[in-house]
Amino acid sequence: MRRHRFLALLPALAIVVAACGGGSSPAPTSQPTAAGSTPSSVPSAAAAAPTVGPGEGKLNIIIWAGYAEDGSNVPQYDWVHPFETQTGCQVNAKAADTSDEMVTLMRQGGGSVYDGVSASGDATLRLIGNGDVAAIDPTMFPDFANVASFLQDAPHYVVGGKHYGVPHGWGGNSLMYNTDIVKPAPTSWNVVFDPTVAAAYKGKITDYDSPIYIADAALYLKAHQPDLGITDPYELTQPQFDATVALLKAQHPWVGDYWSLYSKEIDNFTSKAVVVGTTWPYQVNTLQGSGVPVKSVVPSEGMTGWADTWMMSSRAAHPNCMLKWMGWMLTPAVQAMVAESFGESPANPKACDALDTGVGPYKLANFCTAYRVNDASYYSTIAFWKTPVADCGDGRGQTCVDYSIWTQKWTEIKG
Amino acid sequence: MGRLGLRIATLAGFAFLYIPIGIIVLYAFNAQRVQAWPIQQYSTEWFAAAINNDSVRDALLTSIEVGLGATFIALVLGSLAAFAVQRYRFFGRDTVSFALVLPIALPGIVTGMALNSTINATGIGFTIFTIIVGHATFCIVVIYNNVIARLRRSSRSIEEASMDLGADSWQTFRYITFPVIRTALLAGGLLAFALSFDEIIVTTFTAGTQETLPIWIFSHLRLPNQRPIVNVVAVFLIVLSAAPVYLASRLSGGTGVAGSST
Amino acid sequence: MTTTARSPATPPPPPLPAGRRLLGGLYQRKKLQLALLLAAPTSWFVFLYLGSLAVLLVTAFWYLDPKTSSIVHSLTLQNFVTLVSEPVYRTIALRTVTIAALVTITDAVIAFPIAYYMARVAAPRTRSILFMLVLLPLWSSYVVRVYAWRVILSPNGPLDWFFGLIGLPGLSPGFSDTSMWLVFTYLWLPYMILPIYAGLERIPRSYFEASADLGGRNMTTFRRIVLPLVLPALAAGSIFTFSLTLGDYITPKLVSNSQFIGNVIYDSQGVANNVPFAAAFAVVPILIMGVYLLLARRLGAFDAL
Repeated sequence: MRRHRFLALLPALAIVVAACGGGSSPAPTSQPTAAGSTPSSVPSAAAAAPTVGPGEGKLNIIIWAGYAEDGSNVPQYDWVHPFETQTGCQVNAKAADTSDEMVTLMRQGGGSVYDGVSASGDATLRLIGNGDVAAIDPTMFPDFANVASFLQDAPHYVVGGKHYGVPHGWGGNSLMYNTDIVKPAPTSWNVVFDPTVAAAYKGKITDYDSPIYIADAALYLKAHQPDLGITDPYELTQPQFDATVALLKAQHPWVGDYWSLYSKEIDNFTSKAVVVGTTWPYQVNTLQGSGVPVKSVVPSEGMTGWADTWMMSSRAAHPNCMLKWMGWMLTPAVQAMVAESFGESPANPKACDALDTGVGPYKLANFCTAYRVNDASYYSTIAFWKTPVADCGDGRGQTCVDYSIWTQKWTEIKG
Repeated sequence: MGRLGLRIATLAGFAFLYIPIGIIVLYAFNAQRVQAWPIQQYSTEWFAAAINNDSVRDALLTSIEVGLGATFIALVLGSLAAFAVQRYRFFGRDTVSFALVLPIALPGIVTGMALNSTINATGIGFTIFTIIVGHATFCIVVIYNNVIARLRRSSRSIEEASMDLGADSWQTFRYITFPVIRTALLAGGLLAFALSFDEIIVTTFTAGTQETLPIWIFSHLRLPNQRPIVNVVAVFLIVLSAAPVYLASRLSGGTGVAGSST
Repeated sequence: MTTTARSPATPPPPPLPAGRRLLGGLYQRKKLQLALLLAAPTSWFVFLYLGSLAVLLVTAFWYLDPKTSSIVHSLTLQNFVTLVSEPVYRTIALRTVTIAALVTITDAVIAFPIAYYMARVAAPRTRSILFMLVLLPLWSSYVVRVYAWRVILSPNGPLDWFFGLIGLPGLSPGFSDTSMWLVFTYLWLPYMILPIYAGLERIPRSYFEASADLGGRNMTTFRRIVLPLVLPALAAGSIFTFSLTLGDYITPKLVSNSQFIGNVIYDSQGVANNVPFAAAFAVVPILIMGVYLLLARRLGAFDAL
């Protein structure tokens, strides 16, 4: 009888402990937070002092897979542990698959759950517009001055003269294909969109599973159906949009898989369930590293891409740690690891010294030339992700199709 | 036909149930990170890696905490409701069992979204407590069904006899009623704990940055390099739970899912 | 006047502690007892769960303003109009319900022999072991088991290899609706076995003997005695298999390319932050399960859960 009573107490204790202990998962609580110092990271551009205050001991961030490597994938690519050691901020990174997921996560709990996010252009303006992210003073990061000139004031994160984050890196959604099966080597997106060419790979094509992929199809039509008059693949008038959706619906029967989980694409290419389709360089690196015969190419029509920015929540629970992370991610050594492991162009070209020597197994000779790190004109040819809004932003006025329609149509396309 | 057919069908059923488990165990010993077939090399290195992994220990602890908390709440609330429904007549009596089964019968994503909206709206923040609340809600019916089935089988006369013999309400409960429902509570509690331990959908919506074991597993299975460790964790779970589950099945003498018979 | 004989040496019993007196006082007040019993569970349920559900359902009548990307709190039917007018949502709902129904049937078929064997043929010792074996897979984590099936179903994976071995190459369903049906059947099998086992166990031995005495052979006994008696249990198990399949979005994402109701809801909520639309589509499985539960209750499932 006595034993039972004791056992019955245990769950009650568990609840009391849990309720008292609050929400954070077990983390070292021994980090000093100096009571007296004012955190200079108060989200207000004008009031920010040029140094970051002491860390709060923890950092919760939302990332694209591969943006917070801790050496568990490839030992040489670890920029989380050194950060934790130096700043005392224990990093808890949650990987999201799409920009939309990131926006939702950032807004959870009114913005207090996650401290920051590596947002792409199709999330940044939504976050800024809704007040989810804080303006910061980039001069508090000495490395910011070295960031590529075309990124320092880029409109996707600089609004009204205020910087809402720091750039991370940029790259494109290239076309990956299995060199043994897809012959001749493709040079155009027609290998996934044109029935005459794509028919050979029916059921083995892959698309990115997000409504933003409609822009990829629009990019294809921009080149192949010029009479549609598509100029900006994210700002489509109704007829342009309808034609693009029709293309994707026609493509649907040949698509083997819509991936949003990058590891799903890796699995599919490894098992040859899929042999051609859009990808991020991260998958290309990983597959090649595992010996799978794949190559990636930038097709003639161009490609969509992402220019990612580290942004801080306007209600971050650990603002100093987030700012420290931002500064850390801009340093050349970290930029080099990031660029090499993910396969993207670093925002800070000072990383080129380390990149040209090579950091780890994915090194590439003349990395910075290959990735056009300093090439402003190449940068401008990539159709970076941005949120489609009704305001076309040019002479067409308010006639363009809004993103909420994109999402609905995407459901229809997948069927 | 009869006996032999039955035996074959049973065997085939169990084979179906355990072949994927076999695959999991097999891949826990896969030397490579990539899950290709057939397995080229075998190795036990991942077992060491899993044991040394801090995040899985944290996730396991969180899951146990949540499970205990949810089970406790469910035990209390489920028993209260069962006693109320079994022993009294009142308006809305029939709808109670209907309402209680809703959290388990409605899709997890509906429950999850509903709770998520409420948590966001009231601004109480996503903590372990919100996870526990989410889990307790669907665990209540498990206890309720177990207890009510047991109560149906027991007669009140023994309680009345106890009172006649001079015991007061508390003594009657403690010495007469409680032992009667004890195994029902145990069986229900174990099942509730199991349901909470493996729950992922509602948890996704009610957790902030906390990781329960299923969430840890899900986020690590997405990383191709972490898969071997996850397989090892799964094997650990199966092995570790074999004994308690066996014990439970002997104790409860084989009750139903939400537990009724015996 | 008579005096009641009283034993002079018995002292009056000591006063009970306050708690026990309170409980004793409750003994007669049935309504108060009931109220106290029901207070906690009812308030938990009504405020936390039903309240949240109600708010969600109200949200279905709001809408997302595309320009500001925020939810407008004014009532409108536009979400439902979209749901009804766009054929894709009907397709998705139909696909989900069909597979859920198929899974339920297949699970019942596979579970029955196992449950029958456990309940009526196995020795008590074996029964406990079998019972444990049925429950054990549930402890190996739902996600891990789905990924195990991904490995099995992948091209050139174990299933392909097996079919090649027995001379039937290319029969593997790969990643498709068929695979979903297969994986769901697998995942929820234990949830079907247990209620059926409980139901079968409850049938007294004498029924079988009586049926045999009256001249019924195996099939007749099964059809006319066992089946009706085990129907509530079947209904109970089907609640789990049906509802778990109806609302799932993880398995469709991992082993097929098709969208389920759950995927659309999850994508609307997570992707577009369009909670009103997600809530509107969520009304569909809620209604379906509501009807299903009422039918199941008719069949006595609630007693067999």
